[in-house]
Amino acid sequence: MNRFAELLDRLSYTPGRNDKLALIVDYFRHVPDPDRGYALAAMTGTLDFKHAKPAMIRGLIEERADPALFRWSRDYVGDTAETIALMWPVRPGVNRVPDLSEIVEELDRTSKLDMPGRIAGWLDALDETGRWALLKLITGAMRIGVSARLAKQALAQYGSLDIAEVEEVWHGLEPPYLDLFAWADGLAERPEHGTLAPFRPVMLSHPVEEADFARMDPADYRAEWKWDGIRVQAVSEGGVKRLYSRTGEDISGSFPDLIEAMRFEAAIDGELLVVRGGAVAPFSDLQQRLNRKTVGKKQLAEFPAGLRVYDLLVEDGEDLRPLPFDERRERLEAWVAARGEPRIGLSPLIPFANFDDLTELRGHAEAESVEGVMLKRGDSPYLAGRPKGYWWKWKRDPFLVDAVLLYAQRGSGRRSSFYSDYTFGVWKDGALVPVGKAYFGFTDDELKRLDRFVRDNTINSFGPVREVTHEPDKGLVLEVAFEGLQRSTRHKSGVAMRFPRINRIRWDKPPREADELGLLETMLE
Amino acid sequence: MPVPCNETAAPDVLSFMKAFTDIVCPTPKGLYCPPGDFYIDPTRPSPRAVVTHGHSDHARAGHGSVLATKETLAIMGARYGADFTPSQQAARYGERHRIGDATVWLSPAGHVLGSAQAVIEAHGRRIVVSGDYKRRPDPTCAPFEPVPCDVFITEATFGLPVFRHPDDGKEVAKALHMLDVFPERCVLIGAYALGKAQRIITLLRQGGYDAPVYIHGAMEKLCSLYESLGVELGDLRLTKDAVKGEMMSKIVIAPPSALGDRWSRRLPEPVNAFASGWMRVRARARQGGIELPLVISDHADWDELTGTLLELSPQEVWVTHGREEPLVHWAGLNGLKARPLHLAGYDEEDGEGPQGDNLKSAEDAAGEPA
Repeated sequence: MNRFAELLDRLSYTPGRNDKLALIVDYFRHVPDPDRGYALAAMTGTLDFKHAKPAMIRGLIEERADPALFRWSRDYVGDTAETIALMWPVRPGVNRVPDLSEIVEELDRTSKLDMPGRIAGWLDALDETGRWALLKLITGAMRIGVSARLAKQALAQYGSLDIAEVEEVWHGLEPPYLDLFAWADGLAERPEHGTLAPFRPVMLSHPVEEADFARMDPADYRAEWKWDGIRVQAVSEGGVKRLYSRTGEDISGSFPDLIEAMRFEAAIDGELLVVRGGAVAPFSDLQQRLNRKTVGKKQLAEFPAGLRVYDLLVEDGEDLRPLPFDERRERLEAWVAARGEPRIGLSPLIPFANFDDLTELRGHAEAESVEGVMLKRGDSPYLAGRPKGYWWKWKRDPFLVDAVLLYAQRGSGRRSSFYSDYTFGVWKDGALVPVGKAYFGFTDDELKRLDRFVRDNTINSFGPVREVTHEPDKGLVLEVAFEGLQRSTRHKSGVAMRFPRINRIRWDKPPREADELGLLETMLE
Repeated sequence: MPVPCNETAAPDVLSFMKAFTDIVCPTPKGLYCPPGDFYIDPTRPSPRAVVTHGHSDHARAGHGSVLATKETLAIMGARYGADFTPSQQAARYGERHRIGDATVWLSPAGHVLGSAQAVIEAHGRRIVVSGDYKRRPDPTCAPFEPVPCDVFITEATFGLPVFRHPDDGKEVAKALHMLDVFPERCVLIGAYALGKAQRIITLLRQGGYDAPVYIHGAMEKLCSLYESLGVELGDLRLTKDAVKGEMMSKIVIAPPSALGDRWSRRLPEPVNAFASGWMRVRARARQGGIELPLVISDHADWDELTGTLLELSPQEVWVTHGREEPLVHWAGLNGLKARPLHLAGYDEEDGEGPQGDNLKSAEDAAGEPA
């Protein structure tokens, strides 16, 4: 348990992704089975202990500490699990420090009645980092900045495996993942998923650049809309139905309406969208359905989920992935037609003769839920990952707006000595209102210059935030690019940008020439 | 050396009628002793001051006279110039000084070099103003000595049961471990220039680290002073004289305000560490962008505070600054009479105060140009 606690502790203080990966890989290298497998399970969120819950843990400390002192401490620390870990009365030497595997197995086995005593015994034996890690493990809210994807990535890196293959086998496996680690250690073959409806790694595309078109023959390519939803894989095999995100996370729980509609024996690739009366709703509607463990009736009725399908990977047990795109497409079209399922619609092919036709369409795609066009070679097999030369994404040109820098905040990690997060605003009735925040899109040299500008033009400091000069003739204009604009009640300006970034720094332009909020309102989705 | 309270002076019956506040009482300028007409750690210029230790919220310039240990006087001289007061009176630990109708003597507080508790006796009573203190060993200063008393006046910087400082040797070992993990980086430890910095350096030496320690310019004067007062610090070098490459895999010590400041760009990819009792709370460390929190404090933790109160069991406990309410509440639960004094003006800068950890607002004040 100490090694696991140390890992969580280090992860919680390490900002960089690569540094986090290195820590996890190092842990996998030095910690034996089954502990490392349970650690992987903890980081990927696959553990759930039905008898160990936060309320019970609160009860444990209330038996051991004065309630007023606990309350003051909780208010100060801001996190219940951490408060308990810190103020737990120490009884050194009372017990052997348990292994992680012992804890996980006991948590699973212990009855509700015996659970408090069991947990208290462990808390007595552990030091404060160990207690913190144990309580985080039990409450499931780790907050160490590690996604399930990152943990799997670390496993792939540890065993020099392909992340796509790890994701493919993942859903058939159970903690403590002995067969997975045996494979990573080169001691066994890749584990075969014994379960039905596994995830198949998705095929991804490359952004297309102007220069690429010269080498591309329009006749070789098929075009589809690039939907502004989320990419999913819907799999239904032998009665098991699963909806996966494009990284292989099982999101079935959030979409019972769609699962219900999956009456087929196949694996399909498509876009998850909110579809009302056959029309695709904007991304903001879909957001109402994301990241929910349970969905209410109201959400189901107001934001009905639907699929726009664009590929067929498996049909009635037959793996179609090696077939060329055109053949799969033919099968897909017949398949969708045969279903007659209103929630499952075909993502149409867009007819075109040359790429200029598409430029037109791409620019005028009035459908709010389209963010560009996909170009796929008619002869491309379905390959895991991002193979070169088959699939291209051609995004709609971003929206651009000239905004004025209002506030700057310091970054983290390597950027901690630079003001690198910028809040910018546009004019409304002669005053500047904040409309967004961006922290990338500039080079290192530009960052240095921006940082200098912020320091030399600070008019106010609020902790880590600086307010900079923003008068009609004094200040800095930033050309901001973004993908879309939505109404927002959380922002003073009433709008919120998607993926804003700094496109250009307009050192030459006075703030009075920056844009008006009115212009942004014309861009609303 | 501790003397039982009832042997200190011949009590007369009348003086027993006097309240403790006739001997020491809180005022807007700090604690005041009417029979001796002096202040202890006054926050504003006063005709006569007794100063417990050299941190700038306790030791200010401009008093008419100052009584303190010779180390504290030397620290004040180094900070404010030799003329910080027209009259300096150096007191050895345990040496009794008559001031007006009161007697004052100093007892080690274990906080920083020269730190002392002020023991004040008058009307047959004894009141101990402990200043800032800690109970665990510190190689750079004399250990705290408990003095039995009628009233014990305590700080409560870490007056919550979540604050339990771990073994300082293990904390320093974490910094050394980082050097092994990231040989191409340096570990930059934010530490207060007086006391904490020298304690860390000494702990590093005890932990077997004999390579040069690189220090920020703001540390130079006080490190030299410590060495001249007999605290060995080993090979110290100034960062401004060093090239980036030579600081790889080395320890660098700077004032907390220099972490994340432009100054730090001269260092090889520093791992930001901060040595403070506040680092026990994760959110605190993360807000400050700290990668390596080191829980090392010169203040008593909860166990030391409560242990000291139980050990002394004074008639009354007065709590000066920090988290007064929880400590007063605890005292009540444990049969001790306690009250908060709500003194203002302490706990602000060098003393690990709530603002001390606000690393970012204090930026650019590090003294050394970028």
